[in-house]
Amino acid sequence: MAKVEKRRALSQERLREFLREMLLIRRFEEKVEERFRAGELPGFLHVAIGQEAVAVGVCQALEDGDVFASTHRAHGHTLARGTHPNAVMAELYGKLEGCSHGYGGSMHLYDVERGNLGANAVVAGGLPAIVGAGLAFKLRDEPRVAVAFFGDGATNTGTFHESLNLAQLWKTKSLFVCENNHWAESTPGWQHSPVWDDMSKRALAYDMAAVKVDGQDVEEVFEVTREALERVRSGEGPVFLDVETFRMEGHYIGDAQIYRSKEDRAEAAAHDPIAALRERLDLADEEWEALDGEVRGVVEASVEFAKAGTDPQPEDALKNVYA
Amino acid sequence: MPELTYRAAVRQALADAMRADGDVFVMGEDIAEMGGSMGVTQGLLDEFGPERVRNTPISEMAIVGAAIGAAMQGMRPVVEIMYEDFLTLSLEQIVNQAAKHRYMSGGQLKVPLTIRTQGGAGWSPGAQHAQQLEAWLVHVPGLKVVFASSPNDVRGLLWSSIYDDNPVIFFEHRLLYPIKEEAPAELEPVPIGKARVVREGGDVTVIATGPLVHRSLKAAERAEADGISVEVVDPRTLQPLDVDTLVESVKKTNRAVVAHEAVTRMGFGAEVTAVLQEQAFDWLDAPIERVGAKFAPLAFAPAMEQFVVPQPDDVLAAIRRTVEREQ
Repeated sequence: MAKVEKRRALSQERLREFLREMLLIRRFEEKVEERFRAGELPGFLHVAIGQEAVAVGVCQALEDGDVFASTHRAHGHTLARGTHPNAVMAELYGKLEGCSHGYGGSMHLYDVERGNLGANAVVAGGLPAIVGAGLAFKLRDEPRVAVAFFGDGATNTGTFHESLNLAQLWKTKSLFVCENNHWAESTPGWQHSPVWDDMSKRALAYDMAAVKVDGQDVEEVFEVTREALERVRSGEGPVFLDVETFRMEGHYIGDAQIYRSKEDRAEAAAHDPIAALRERLDLADEEWEALDGEVRGVVEASVEFAKAGTDPQPEDALKNVYA
Repeated sequence: MPELTYRAAVRQALADAMRADGDVFVMGEDIAEMGGSMGVTQGLLDEFGPERVRNTPISEMAIVGAAIGAAMQGMRPVVEIMYEDFLTLSLEQIVNQAAKHRYMSGGQLKVPLTIRTQGGAGWSPGAQHAQQLEAWLVHVPGLKVVFASSPNDVRGLLWSSIYDDNPVIFFEHRLLYPIKEEAPAELEPVPIGKARVVREGGDVTVIATGPLVHRSLKAAERAEADGISVEVVDPRTLQPLDVDTLVESVKKTNRAVVAHEAVTRMGFGAEVTAVLQEQAFDWLDAPIERVGAKFAPLAFAPAMEQFVVPQPDDVLAAIRRTVEREQ
């Protein structure tokens, strides 16, 4: 496992951009919770509150042409990659203007133009395709990288192990980002994995380069991802990032978390990546209020956009089954 | 015309597609130096090299999933799954991913992937090397399913499958690899979704797939001796199904038998039977007969295996039941 020195190279301006992105995701997901509880959103929703630095740090390091596969907890990755909040919110409302045109929903957000090959509702389901996309980039000698987001729970699936083995064997242009929040739904890491506190050991079994990352520090996530992408892009082989993070809320919206202690929730809350970045930037209250107000306005507008969107016709369900 | 085996026909379609298009590549277990456990891909490594003829680990899930990922980037991978029994190991990727990316993305993606696999009883491998599982796949919207019974069909349909923009599950049959027929030197694409009338007749239509096409032709010859004229129709593509050709034939003969090697119960034949009674009920002079494997796993002992798997005599008996039925 590579040792990570704390990197402090980014400008204040860049970090402020990161803060805005993270705050946008936070306010967006808070709004999603509110609108779901108000009964406006159908389906099954999962928020990644507490994990915003992972989405922003990784996605800010990507380049045009890079692709990624996400998970059921996908709002952050999608927004961080530049899909407009209007398109994401419209998808959650099931509108044709949504980023999956109403066919996907929260667990199946796509935006192929921006490299989003889909949020996947099967744990580890997106990993093999990231191996294959990375293989295609290698075969075509393209300087592109395919990135898989997944949680610690995914590391116990056969799909995960087959994918890492194949990626390393063929040196595909793939980056594996394990968002290790130490929860697989309601099951804590120590109950589901013998290496729950250091997932990078999983990669070592396949001789894959692995780095442990503080997922609450957006600058560290960004810098480590940028270095990893350089290595992958150059054809040296895939990299595994064990990104330690905290899920500040339940598995899904409405999860009473009866399985989780108050202490554990308090610990997660104490690791809020947005609060940490705000403190680091030493933002004056009025600056913070201005930023927050701007972001809340964007989110509010996305709800208005979504509500005014076009409902699909029922028979549209029969389109897009085949190319 | 020169003769072509079913095995060589598959190989030719692969080679032709790889010569024509640099985005076509093949991968699977033991397909490179060994040429596949059925010898289908022999020689491809020499011509196309290890980048395009890829030996894989025993990882059906990752092989299929990686092919999905390459296909979504515009390549046209062809995966070989050694036995269709092992297709079960990759079903998550086939059913939840390949079949649904286009749909879930609202039409943003396409998955031009071909998965070749083979199965079939008659050589006593036991219960895990000879199942016929096509009914599992035809049930999934978003997949196309092909099952060719002749060298010309397998060659032309594989070409069409590779160039189709959807995931195609391409079933081959182990016992068909050595069969031969005359074939033009140049590959002639066969469209997906078109049935073929293999033998014309007037008294009863047998709709058969894979090896049952050949067993039905034998049954038809025997029936002919008894004065029964049998038409044999091979759907060739199970999904999409060429309903018009099947219905047209049954409207002509007024009787139908549906025959496949897979287990009869809940099989592909049940769907064909349902479609025929919906669209040709008033033309039918007898209940539609189904022929398929009995409801048991495949046994090892040859006598038991042969009993479970449908034989020409089973088709003949079904033909007779339809024509001998009292009006």
